[in-house]
Amino acid sequence: MSSPRSSSLLAWPATSSSRARRPAASPAERRRVRLRRKLKENLTAYGLLCAALLVFAMFSWYPIVRGVLLSFQQVDFVNAPTWVGFDNFSRLFDDPLFGVAWRNTLLFTGLALVFGFAVPFLTAVLLNEIRHAKAFFRLAVYLPVMLPPVVTALMWKWFYDPGPGLFNSALGAVGLPGGQWLDSSTTAMLSLVFVSTWANMGSTTLIYLAALGTIPGELYEAAELDGAGMWQRLRHVTFPQTRFVLLVLLLLQIVATMQVFTEPYVMTGGGPDDSTVTVLLLLYRYAFVYNDFGSASAMSLLLFIALGVFSAWYVRLTRKADQS
Amino acid sequence: MRTLVSPGALRSRRGKAVYGVIFACTLAVFVLAFMFPLYWVITGAMKSPQELAQTPATLIPHEWHPETFGEAWDQLSLGKYFLNTLIVAGGAWLAQLAIDVPAAFALSKLRPKFGNVVLGLMLATLMLPATALLVPTYVTVTDLPLLHLNLINSPTAVWLPAAANAFNIYLLKRFFDQIPDELIEAARIDGAGPVRTLWRIILPISRPILAVVSILAVVTAWKDFIWPLLVFPDTEKQTLSVMLQRVAIDMPLNVLVAGMVLASLPMVALFLAFQRQILAGLTAGAVKG
Repeated sequence: MSSPRSSSLLAWPATSSSRARRPAASPAERRRVRLRRKLKENLTAYGLLCAALLVFAMFSWYPIVRGVLLSFQQVDFVNAPTWVGFDNFSRLFDDPLFGVAWRNTLLFTGLALVFGFAVPFLTAVLLNEIRHAKAFFRLAVYLPVMLPPVVTALMWKWFYDPGPGLFNSALGAVGLPGGQWLDSSTTAMLSLVFVSTWANMGSTTLIYLAALGTIPGELYEAAELDGAGMWQRLRHVTFPQTRFVLLVLLLLQIVATMQVFTEPYVMTGGGPDDSTVTVLLLLYRYAFVYNDFGSASAMSLLLFIALGVFSAWYVRLTRKADQS
Repeated sequence: MRTLVSPGALRSRRGKAVYGVIFACTLAVFVLAFMFPLYWVITGAMKSPQELAQTPATLIPHEWHPETFGEAWDQLSLGKYFLNTLIVAGGAWLAQLAIDVPAAFALSKLRPKFGNVVLGLMLATLMLPATALLVPTYVTVTDLPLLHLNLINSPTAVWLPAAANAFNIYLLKRFFDQIPDELIEAARIDGAGPVRTLWRIILPISRPILAVVSILAVVTAWKDFIWPLLVFPDTEKQTLSVMLQRVAIDMPLNVLVAGMVLASLPMVALFLAFQRQILAGLTAGAVKG
């Protein structure tokens, strides 16, 4: 019992094989040993967990509570925070930019869904049929994802330049009039959506491609034998078989695009005429330009409420996928 | 493998012709959409400032100025900002491995009391959109509760919040769950304690998932913008992205573009070297089909 080998066994849960080798002991003694073993095992586990518990407590769980509290407080980091009820919220609602920011964000999300959802899916369906240079296509479409977003934004800002920019130069070369791109309030948001789609479509395309790869070929064969044409096969086999992945990425994209920040911050600063002020850009201004952390937190809370439904839905879906 | 288009249709003469046209078009679009911008940026960096300001732009530089990369390195102090970014990303990576791996192991194999509650509380944070915690986490980082430390301008302001990553713990735990208990039982009979089992048995066979978590960690930290923007007001401490954005307006365009190319190189090189792990991480990051 007291050999070094058996003492290190104490840290582990008792199993039938280890118990069988041990000499008979009284039931009370056995229970005590088991209790001690359980205790030690729990201590080891929490020892390994303590660093994670600490960072989660400090940088996730505590800020969640703090964020809700801040929404109802006035904070200036000099005086103690004071409770102001719903003042922060009413300040937001009185700000004409608040409505503009939400409208712009919804516009961005809507446009990003049209492009960022359809284009990668169709690209994936196309790439799945192509039998040559597969590695090149994957590499090419994913390369922009690896670029730092600030670099992508600065790069495209230069492409969009109405003077020596790439787009107007290319249009001019074939005799077409150039566009205003980022400099007109009607096209600025659309121009940002292009950048974001270009930069991010690599990951969605490859996820769709992976999903398409799991569709059993017999399904297509059977559909063909039943006389289904290509469009019908796409509609009745490809779509239903990838429906789950499509749904999950739809949710993820809504959550991600509603938080758009880097592109408008770097490329337009919210202009022209506030046409690219997004919720997060306004939130950033409230916190780090106006130093109004209370209103900024209230805005976070509203954004969270708006997105919480989608996030919860996403987590539930993935958990269900995990169990099946 | 059988896909949407039937193999029979592809074998016919007409099928081959249609495939050829579609392949050529796709190739052209991909080259134009994804390769050409990179060409444009790399050659743009080597144009003279006058040529870069010229309308319309030139497709091939009239004069080549590869020395612009050297100028950019000096003028932007890229050495310093590379080092800053390396410290931020490397530390975030180490912190995530050092904190999340033992936690996932404990939750998966030691199954302590209330382990499920802990896991649930961690996974619940995944439901929060990242930016919802931006302001309160910033406020926390300026004055840590109980300790009253201010982490602003310190890389720990990135490292520690990065380690509170429920997604890593979820990925790691899911992998550890698949490791048969018999293996751990065998280690136990050989006299290894839990820590040694983690170090000697679990980690070596977990290389694939550790690679995925590592790459996700490094890429995320390298690409991040908004958080470093907030926590490094000191221009000397900033990361590449934050610095580039800050100097973008005042720098000559050719120097800025050269700086952008140099700042992207490490990630592109990483991608070329670890394609397989990166793409595996991508699908692990979504859901199992």
